[in-house]
Amino acid sequence: MAGGQERILRGRIKSVQATKKITRAMELIAASRIVKAQQRVVAAVPYSDMITEVVRDLSAAGAGSDAPLLAGRSEVKNVCYVVLSADRGLCGGYNSGVLRATEGEIKEDALKGRGHTVVAVGRKAEGYFRFRGYNIGQSFTGFTDNPTYSIAKEIGEYVTGLYESGEVDRVELVYTRFVSAGSQEVVQRPLVPLDSQVTEGGDGKSETGRDYEFEPTPETILETLLPRYVEARVYAALLNAAASEHAFRQRAMKSATDNAEELIKTLSRIMNRARQDSITTEIMEIVGGAEAMSAGN
Amino acid sequence: MADSNATMRVEVVSPERVLFSGEGTQVITRTLEGGEVAFLPGHAAFLGALTENHTRIYLADGTIQNLAVHLGFVEVGADHVTILSDAAELEEDIDVAAVRAAKVRLEEQLRTEHSAEVEAELRRTHARIAATGGLDSSH
Repeated sequence: MAGGQERILRGRIKSVQATKKITRAMELIAASRIVKAQQRVVAAVPYSDMITEVVRDLSAAGAGSDAPLLAGRSEVKNVCYVVLSADRGLCGGYNSGVLRATEGEIKEDALKGRGHTVVAVGRKAEGYFRFRGYNIGQSFTGFTDNPTYSIAKEIGEYVTGLYESGEVDRVELVYTRFVSAGSQEVVQRPLVPLDSQVTEGGDGKSETGRDYEFEPTPETILETLLPRYVEARVYAALLNAAASEHAFRQRAMKSATDNAEELIKTLSRIMNRARQDSITTEIMEIVGGAEAMSAGN
Repeated sequence: MADSNATMRVEVVSPERVLFSGEGTQVITRTLEGGEVAFLPGHAAFLGALTENHTRIYLADGTIQNLAVHLGFVEVGADHVTILSDAAELEEDIDVAAVRAAKVRLEEQLRTEHSAEVEAELRRTHARIAATGGLDSSH
């Protein structure tokens, strides 16, 4: 009977070891991807900095006053939430963080009598909100660990379309900001209409302090520029989210590997004791048997 | 050009990375509705929206960097020219054979139906061909 227990334990140890190999591999993959994702975040900074500066200078030059993407609406009836989650799980609290933050906002809006539209980015967000019966505008899936600019463009075009058609009166972006490899935070940022903070601070002048010449008019430039600006914001958020996803996954997989190690240790200890017990019992049986034989003689 | 040795910082920035960065003596590009413009060092501050075009950057060492820029913006100061574009391609990144094939295919397509999308793609194709020296006689 004791031998049977030993065999069961051996089987369990083997399966935990196999799991540990997988989690270790995932941890290493995530760790190597963090670096790459981080570099992409940094590489996207010059473009978004410059486009922000140009938007500022243009609105300072008086172009922005009646651009629809800049002007807010006095009454907000519908809010659109763009939720950036992952396509896959196994990344600790990454998905539940953004999903819960969004759900809380939607419920708060509902209390104020506002409607919502969810734009789900990543399969996890799509599944979560669809299952709970929220109104999903469109979902974008299948790229979250490695987003490209063309996807940011699609999302940007979709939400500006929603805003311009009057279906929604505000677009919020919910994602996980990548602060450093050790720290990420869930943030919510207004996407459309553009923050007044974004447009303030420009002086309509170049670095050298001279007034800009515009070609064509500032209004036309701004008209083509604002959608690009929204796209750049979405793209930066996507890159941040991807880097955070890898960081979360690495941490989750590291603790899974540690747990597996701990489990293997405990299980081996129990198995060794069971083995010892069974040997002791066997010896006792042999000794007992031999004594019975000699007593019979 | 007051000082023939003057150079300016030229940068081509796409959302994903800085495509090109270097010292140049002249940049020629094409603005929306405006036509071709050339910028020399010391140019007045300028902000323009670009159309699909073949942009030429004359580098300080005398060589020319050709690129196809598909929409975007140009910001110019006395000592720098910055091109912001979400779709720009350097000459060396363009596959000439594929682009020529695309031109033939798109022109064929336009003969049967008119769509803004195909026309835009054809304009991009022309910019690419010009950037790789195909139909352009300026170099």
